Amino acid sequence: MMKVKSFGRKGIKTCGYKSLANKNPIQKLIYKGNYLVPMSQHLGVPAKCLVEVGDFVCEYQMIGEALGFISANVHSPVAGEVVAIKEIVLANGVKCQAVEIVPSEDFLANLEKDKSVKDFDLENTSTAILLEEIKNAGIVGMGGATFPSNVKLSIPKGKVCKHLIINGVECEPFLCADHRLMLEKTSQILEGIKIVRKILNPEQVTIGIENNKKDAIAKFSQEIKENNHNIAVCPLKVKYPQGDEKQLIKAIMGVEMPSGTLPIDVGTVVLNIGTIYAIYELFYKNKSLVERVVTVSGDAIENPSNFLVRIGVPYSFLIEQAGGFSKPVEKIISGGPMMGFAVYDTSLPVTKGSGGILALSKKIVRDKPETNCLNCGKCVAVCPMGLFPSMLYKLIDNSKFPMAMKTGLMDCKECGCCAYACPAGIPLVQGFKLGKRMGAKK
Amino acid sequence: MKNENLNSSKVETPVIEVSPHMKSTSTTTSIMWAVSFSLLPAALWGVISFGWYSLFVLVVSILSSVLAEAIINFSNKKITITDGSAFLTGLLIGFNMPPQIPLYIPIIASFFAIWIVKAAFGGLGANWMNPALAGRVFVFFSFSNEMGSTAWSKPRFLPEMADTISGATPLTIVKSQGADCAKNSLEFLGELGYTNTAFDGRLTDFINGLFKTSIPNGYFDAFIGNIPGCIGEISALLLIAGGLYLLFKKIITWHIPVSYIASFMVFTWIFGGLQTGSGFFAGDAVFHLLTGGIILAAFFMATDLVTSPIHPKGLIIYGIALGFLTFFIRIFGTFPEGASLAILFMNMFVPIFNKATAAKPFGYVKKKKGGK
Repeated sequence: MMKVKSFGRKGIKTCGYKSLANKNPIQKLIYKGNYLVPMSQHLGVPAKCLVEVGDFVCEYQMIGEALGFISANVHSPVAGEVVAIKEIVLANGVKCQAVEIVPSEDFLANLEKDKSVKDFDLENTSTAILLEEIKNAGIVGMGGATFPSNVKLSIPKGKVCKHLIINGVECEPFLCADHRLMLEKTSQILEGIKIVRKILNPEQVTIGIENNKKDAIAKFSQEIKENNHNIAVCPLKVKYPQGDEKQLIKAIMGVEMPSGTLPIDVGTVVLNIGTIYAIYELFYKNKSLVERVVTVSGDAIENPSNFLVRIGVPYSFLIEQAGGFSKPVEKIISGGPMMGFAVYDTSLPVTKGSGGILALSKKIVRDKPETNCLNCGKCVAVCPMGLFPSMLYKLIDNSKFPMAMKTGLMDCKECGCCAYACPAGIPLVQGFKLGKRMGAKK
Repeated sequence: MKNENLNSSKVETPVIEVSPHMKSTSTTTSIMWAVSFSLLPAALWGVISFGWYSLFVLVVSILSSVLAEAIINFSNKKITITDGSAFLTGLLIGFNMPPQIPLYIPIIASFFAIWIVKAAFGGLGANWMNPALAGRVFVFFSFSNEMGSTAWSKPRFLPEMADTISGATPLTIVKSQGADCAKNSLEFLGELGYTNTAFDGRLTDFINGLFKTSIPNGYFDAFIGNIPGCIGEISALLLIAGGLYLLFKKIITWHIPVSYIASFMVFTWIFGGLQTGSGFFAGDAVFHLLTGGIILAAFFMATDLVTSPIHPKGLIIYGIALGFLTFFIRIFGTFPEGASLAILFMNMFVPIFNKATAAKPFGYVKKKKGGK
C-alpha cells in the first residue's frame, strides 16, 4: 500500500466527530428569503460596493469590485432588487458593508435547475485568460483562510512551481464538506486540477488526504488510474493541524518552510479541494463563486448534514434545515471547532469561507476552570511550530510584547493545539491574538 | 414543525470565546487525582507491611496538608483546595516518613511544604521546588533523630532480625558498617543477621538453578517491598506499576524515569565499588536501586510537572544529572539517601534547562541570525 505520511511528532489527535455528517450526501438548498452579501469575504482589502439601493442585479453580476492586489470581487448570488446596504459584523469580527437583495419571483421559479455543463477548450485558452477569469470570478481559498486564488496562482518572477499540492486533509473535527465534495465530484475535481495544472505547469501534483477518508482515497486512486492522470494520492495520518500549508508541505515533501515565507518560496502551491471545484464550476458551468458546501453539524444539531448553499443565506436557515437544535447549545461556531469563530447571532450570512456551522453542547465545549500554569509542557509537546507557548503567554501576560515577538510569536498561527491540550485551561490563543496586535503597535 | 423545533430550543446566549472551542479532557484536577490514584497500591502495601500506625501517619500528613491549603485559601479568598494538589503533597509527605514517626513531624512537614514552599511563591505552578520533598528535607534536618536511624520498623513479612541491626534500613547498615567490606552488600547484610522471607529464598534458588548464577538472597524481597524503609518507598514493583499507569495516561513522559534510573545505575556500577575498596565496575547498582527511595523519586518526585524541565532534551539531561547527584550523595556523602536532596538541588536549575534546551522552532535554521 501507499506510505502514510505525516508532519512529525507534534500536533494533536482529536476525536474527529466526522461520522456525524460524513455519510450524508450534499443537498442543494433553496432559500427564498433575503440574501445578505458582505463585501469582505476574503483576506485583504474589502471589495468596493458597486450597487445602490433600488438597483436590480442579475445572478452572477459583479456587485463588489476588488480593491488592490490582495482582494476579490463579489458577485450577486441571486437576481433581484437591492433593498438595503448596511454595515454588519461578520463572525470573525470584521466590520463591513453588506448588500441585502430580495430575489425576484422569476429567479426563484428557476432556482432548482442547475446550469448545464458547457464545452470548454482548455488546450486553446491561454494562461493569462485563465488567471483573468479566476480573478474576475472572485475565487478565493475555500479552506477557511479565503486568500484570493488568482494571487496564489500568479507565480512571482524568478520563482517556479514544481509541486502542486491539493489539500484534501480537512483536519478540523466535525467538518466534512471537502470529504463529500471529493466523493461526489471526483471527476470534476480532476478536471479542475487540469486547469490549474495548465496555469502552473508543475512537475508533480499530489492530493493529500487524511486516512479517515479512506473512501475518498480509494475513489481518487481509481479515477486517476482509469483516466491516466499524472497525479499522486498521498494518504496522511489523522492529525491536527495537518491541513495547514506548512504542515502539509512538511508531511508530503518533507520540507520545512522557512519562517516568514510563502509556499511558492519552496516551489509549491497548495490549493484546497473546494477551490479546485470552484475553478471547475467557473470554466465548465460559467459560475462565479456564489455558492459553497457547508457542513452543519455538532452534537446539538438534530440531523447533521452537508448543504450546497448560495452565499448570503443566513445561518439560521441552514440550522433549521438540519432539523434545528436537539439539546441546549453552549456555542455556535462558524468554521471548525479549533480555529472557527463563536457567533452570537444566527442571522449572519454564509460567506465564501464558511466551511461549517456547528452547534456544540456543554459536553464537547468542556469549559475548564483556569488554574496557574503547571509547567507541564503539554503545549510545547503539541505546538506544530515548535514554539514555547507557555513562555510566550507569560511574556504577553506581563506586557513584554517585543520580547514575545522575538521569541517567535509571529510564527504562531493560532491553530489552537496548545489551548486544546492545556490542562490548566489557560486561554493561550486569546493571549497570542492580543500579543500580536499589541506587538505590532510598537 | 421544523420551525417550532428551532424556536423551542433557541439559544438564549451562546458563549462567545476565542478558539479553540474544544478542550482536551485532562485538567489540573484530573492530573493531581490520577497521580494520587497511581500511588494507592504502594500506600496500601506500606500500610499492610507496617501496620495501622503507618495508615495513621498517611492520613495525618494528608489532613494537615489539606488544612494548610484551606487556611491559605481562606486568607487569599481563592479556592484552590479542590484541585487535589494539597492532597497529593500530603500523600507524598506521608510516603517519605518512617513508619514509627511521631505524628507532629509530618504535620510540620506539611505546613512547611504548603505555606513556605508553595503558597509563599504564588501557589501551585509558581513554586520552584517540589513542596513534598522540601517538607521532607526540612524535617529530616530538623528532627534528624526521629527521621534517622532509630525509627525504622521491620515490615510484617520479614522474619525477626538480629538485635544489632533491627531498627535500621539496609542502606543505613551498609552506610554505617560496610565501609570497608568488599563483599556484595546483601551477603554482608546476611552475615550481620539481616533476614529474608522464605518466598525470596525459594525464588532466588530457582533463578540460581535456572541460570547457574549465585545471586544472594534479598533482591526479590527488595523488589516486592519486604524491606525496612519509608512507608511509601519500599515496594519497587507497585511503584513501577503506578509509574507505568502515569506513562499510559500521558501525565509523565519516559524521559526522566529512564534517564534518572539508568544514569544512577551506571554511575553506581562504575564507581560504587570504590567506597568499599573493590575498585571500578564493582558497585551493586541493583541493590542501591531497590533499597532506597529512587524508584519513588524517579517516577513521582522528579517528574513533578511544576518543578521539572519542559523540553525533552532538558528532561534527559536533568535525569542524568539527578542520577549522578543521587549516586554522589549516597555513595560518598554522609547520608544513606540522596534522591530528595538531588532533586531539590536540580530544581534550582530548571529555568536554565528550559532556556537552554528549547527546540528549534519550525522553519528555522540553527544559528540563523535573528532567529532562535
